[in-house]
Amino acid sequence: MTDLHTITLVVNGRRHTLAVEARRTLADTIRDGCGLTGTHIGCEHGVCGACTVLVDGEPMRACLMFAVQADGSAITTVEGLGSRAALHPLQRAFMANHALQCGFCTPGFLMLAAGVLAKEPDIDDDALREALSSNLCRCTGYAAIFKAVRAAADAMAKKKVR
Amino acid sequence: MARARTPQIGGRFERIEDPPLVTGRGRFAADISFPHQLHVRIVRSAHAHGIIRAIDKAAALAHPGVFALWTADDIPEVPPIDFREGRIERLEAYRQPVLARGRVRYVGEPIAAVFADDAYVAEDAAELVMVDIEELPPILDACDPPGEWEPGRSTEPGVLTQGYGDMDEALAAADQVIELDLQIGRHSGVPMETRGAIARYDAATDTLELYGAAKIPHRNRDALARTFGRAPSSVQLYEGHTGGGFGIRGELYPEDLLVSAAAMRFERPVKWIEDRHEHLMTANQSRQQRHRAKIAVKADGTILGIDDEFFHDQGAYPRTHAMRVVDMTLGILPGPYRVPAYRVAGHYRLTNKTPAATYRSPGRYESSFVRERLVDAVADRLGLDRLAVRRKNLISAAEMPYLRPLIVLGEDAEFDSGDYHGLLDRALEHIGWDALQADLRRRREAGEAVGAGIAIFVEKSGAGPADGARVSVDSTGAVEVVTGGASIGQGFETAMAQICADALGVDYKRVRVVHGQTDRIAYGIGAHASRATVMTGNATHIAALAVRRKALEVAAELLQAPIEALDVVDGEVVRTDRPAGGSIALGAIAASLHPNAKTLGAREPGLAADGWHRTEHLACPYGIHIAVVGVDRETGAVTVEKFLIAYDVGRAVNPMMVEGQIVGGFMQGLGGALYEEFVYDERGQPQSVTFADYLMPTMSEAPEIEIILREDCPSPRNPLGIKGAGEAGINSVGAVIASAIDVAIGMPGAVTQLPVSPQRLKAIFDRGR
Ligand code: FES
Ligand code: FES
Repeated sequence: MTDLHTITLVVNGRRHTLAVEARRTLADTIRDGCGLTGTHIGCEHGVCGACTVLVDGEPMRACLMFAVQADGSAITTVEGLGSRAALHPLQRAFMANHALQCGFCTPGFLMLAAGVLAKEPDIDDDALREALSSNLCRCTGYAAIFKAVRAAADAMAKKKVR
Repeated sequence: MARARTPQIGGRFERIEDPPLVTGRGRFAADISFPHQLHVRIVRSAHAHGIIRAIDKAAALAHPGVFALWTADDIPEVPPIDFREGRIERLEAYRQPVLARGRVRYVGEPIAAVFADDAYVAEDAAELVMVDIEELPPILDACDPPGEWEPGRSTEPGVLTQGYGDMDEALAAADQVIELDLQIGRHSGVPMETRGAIARYDAATDTLELYGAAKIPHRNRDALARTFGRAPSSVQLYEGHTGGGFGIRGELYPEDLLVSAAAMRFERPVKWIEDRHEHLMTANQSRQQRHRAKIAVKADGTILGIDDEFFHDQGAYPRTHAMRVVDMTLGILPGPYRVPAYRVAGHYRLTNKTPAATYRSPGRYESSFVRERLVDAVADRLGLDRLAVRRKNLISAAEMPYLRPLIVLGEDAEFDSGDYHGLLDRALEHIGWDALQADLRRRREAGEAVGAGIAIFVEKSGAGPADGARVSVDSTGAVEVVTGGASIGQGFETAMAQICADALGVDYKRVRVVHGQTDRIAYGIGAHASRATVMTGNATHIAALAVRRKALEVAAELLQAPIEALDVVDGEVVRTDRPAGGSIALGAIAASLHPNAKTLGAREPGLAADGWHRTEHLACPYGIHIAVVGVDRETGAVTVEKFLIAYDVGRAVNPMMVEGQIVGGFMQGLGGALYEEFVYDERGQPQSVTFADYLMPTMSEAPEIEIILREDCPSPRNPLGIKGAGEAGINSVGAVIASAIDVAIGMPGAVTQLPVSPQRLKAIFDRGR
């Protein structure tokens, strides 16, 4: 019925060659095609940010992109951010600061923050708040998320200095 | 030195549920798939009210990849959705069919279901289903006189009343009677995870399995069993991770019944994942009420009585909660004040909007708005201080326990314990109330529109009647707590692990907590109405103590020591009377209790025990909200400068999690106070069906919030002294923001409707001119 396109995605360092319809979103492809369900879908409208992943280092809303547009790209999802044995400073900070309750928005916030901090490691509070305002969380009331990202940014900065 | 145990209750411990969630290893509904599964897409009504004349299925059925298509006629055996409590006579005829039969009553109502191999294909095919509907005029205002629901049946299935004292006499004796017309907007929980249901029928064992369950899996198991005429033991529900509950997630909806019926009929797994657009027009909405409330007072501000009539906009059908929100509103409205006479009537009315049910702090967010607006009005009208009127009427600590002749969720409205004045003083001192007032006055004189408000509330939690838990230790010393509770993101597992660990004498990280699995435990209360920590927590405590007792008995024998000289410390039984002298690990004790172990003797095998907590009383936490707001007179925008929440939780199992609940609840309350509203146009078309129209607060709207968490009055109604925490943050946010805005704009009593959107505020300014 619909034409399939063969694409290659490098997700968390692993190559996936997939045949997808042109209309299939990157979010669905990561979840169903690559079997990585940590990337969540909260609105499919580009508003909530639950689906945020890094595409060639840039935080992107995977529900707004078609998989074919990401052909050849390197993608990092929450599964590739850190492992249970070696958590990323952001993951540590989210736990330590109680920045998650149900955890549904968490992968999106983690990836958004990872992208923001990679580009602007010494981002100030106002700019950070502004950047994090693009994702929605319904459980935490945000205060703890802000605190966690701030703490992670500081921890990452300290590590670099040493 | 003998080893001492580390307390496991009361610490700001990291949560045991976090590691999988921060690494993308959670298992939410959409993450569950089975081989050979079908995807279902629901065809929904595009009209608010109408008669279904014809449904043309042909084009959809011909679409490649489509497996089946159902309308109401295809599932005559599936009855309408039951109430939680089972049969309710007067609502019976109003129940929602799983697929519309003959008539549609709200935009989004399920009409047909398309089953296909792929979710995209199911969606394509659903668009090919042609539904011919003859439109009828919709009923959109619950305050209009009741209309016809169907021939011979009114849109008002019932009016609930409660009351006590002599209201007429109170009105006659009053120096002042103040009447207000108050409205609370339609908003809801809107969890970040949409709903989802995956059903599987295992023909080999004749078992129906439902995944994506939440909140009350055991009750829903029983309801599904009743619905399909099956033995409850042949229906199993499984709760995975849940992306937010807030009262609305986890109730049985049409889609849950549909996938279940289809899985049995087709003998294939059937998966349904809701999209956000569907969610915003079909998941339970809440709150919308209009009150015409009178308060009778003496000239000194003493309350003589409250007389209230209100209209509850239920939407198109009663859902699983039946009339619960109206009932709650009646039972709790007088709140923390002495109200000698009370009369209330709640009209439960059906309209052509999305059906409504409970949302975090149901009936309390609404009634607190009404009560606190009334009290503000008393002060304003009599020229008294708003705070002084509150102080005068607050129930005192000496009056506890305070029994009010009302019924709340089937239980007596008895406030178990509390020191409302004490908490109020603490809150005022913390925020520096007098200096704050002086400062705000100065700023107002300089032209700013700023003001502070205060609201006081009593919550209810821990309604019974009973819940159980089973605690067991295996031969490696790992501990498992099996509960019938539910985890909806609130930290249930960590709380139970802490309670169990504390009673047993292990580190809480050694404890694994099972929740929401109907095949692991026969009964379960779930997670609703701030019950989980109180009920399941106390059951866990009791079970863990029994396990500890058993371990000590066995250890006393194995170590040849008097039982009084033994304690469990970090998972080992040790002697407390001397520094050394043998110890034995809980795992070894468990091994010695294996059915095959020689050491078992006449004992029951296994290091395990059940615990039950029973109660007929509520545990009633209470709190104070103080808000400082600024208003932009040009745009009508409201900024919350500061927000203080003082709350007595009785005993905090994990203060970090309690504070998390409070801040999160507050933010939802703020949404309902200023931004969130489900709006319908004059034809009943929902206008708030994307996140661009239904505005939830983001980090930019998050004000600085301070919390005073107290444990002054532990509940005497349960062994741990716990009171619920889930609804503390949200309860009075609407009330207190309204109060503060009044002051800021210098128009006492101006705010009578939530949310206070910029448009509404500008209308208030215009009226004031
Ligand atoms: S799912 Fe992509 S932004 Fe909401
Ligand atoms: S933690 Fe639940 S939505 Fe953010």
